[in-house]
Amino acid sequence: MHDFFFYLFSALTVLAALLVVINPDAVNSAVFMIVSFVGTAALFLLLDAFFLAILQVLVYAGAVMVLFLFIIMLLDVERSSRLRPDTISVVASVVATLLLIFGMAYLFLTGPDATATALAAAPDVPGAANPMGYATASRAFGYGLFTKYMLPFQVSGILLLVAMIGVIVLSKRLGGPGSGAPSASEIRKAEVRES
Amino acid sequence: MSGVGLNAYLFVAGLLFALGFFGVLLRRNTLVIYMCMELMLNAVNLALVAFSRYNQTMDGNLFVFFIITVAAAEVAVGLAIIVALYRKRRTVQVEELNALSN
Repeated sequence: MHDFFFYLFSALTVLAALLVVINPDAVNSAVFMIVSFVGTAALFLLLDAFFLAILQVLVYAGAVMVLFLFIIMLLDVERSSRLRPDTISVVASVVATLLLIFGMAYLFLTGPDATATALAAAPDVPGAANPMGYATASRAFGYGLFTKYMLPFQVSGILLLVAMIGVIVLSKRLGGPGSGAPSASEIRKAEVRES
Repeated sequence: MSGVGLNAYLFVAGLLFALGFFGVLLRRNTLVIYMCMELMLNAVNLALVAFSRYNQTMDGNLFVFFIITVAAAEVAVGLAIIVALYRKRRTVQVEELNALSN
């Protein structure tokens, strides 16, 4: 059963990722991206990482992709997608990607896989002897986060604050009075003049 | 448990990474390039969770947590930069964003 779901969700994830890349429409790309993220979340479930699967759906498939779709629709990129890449860059990209895939296939499919059969089921709760051991409960997650990785946890909080302030500054300065950049109304006027 | 081992998960992660790489090389739309970068981050996340599961430690999972946090912050800042660029240059195509090249 595990095997069947692995192949199903792997195929879904990889196919959706391929469609993200080759789809000419940015909105369709974003929607296939959501499918790919949900497929990855399912693969996380198969690896007993339930908390991360939920986080993946909430943060990536939910928040991040909504932001992407919002920006794509806000910028109206339909009219600017007429530019097609030239032949040489298509050929070079395909060759580089095939080289990467063949290299990784050689490494991962021919290398040793000692843990394939010896893997035990993950315990539900972290054990007392090995608190950083793999467990499915989110308590195991929290334990690692608040002991071994306390400093990175705090730093990521600061990072989120800095990012938030940065985004506010970035979106305020352009178009604000005295910044030298054209404001939204000025751009609209210029557009009207051009057309 | 099953016939699917660590290498199978790593291969899927590798395929995802290669597809993201392909997208970054091929596409000309900044937003799609950005999405393909997210795809590569996602592939790394999958590899980390697989390693974490097969090494029986939580460290890989915690790294994925931090990667998701940083990626979310990165998306917010990156999209703000793209919007600012679009306001200034009226385009999201990388060919036309060549102010530094001449």
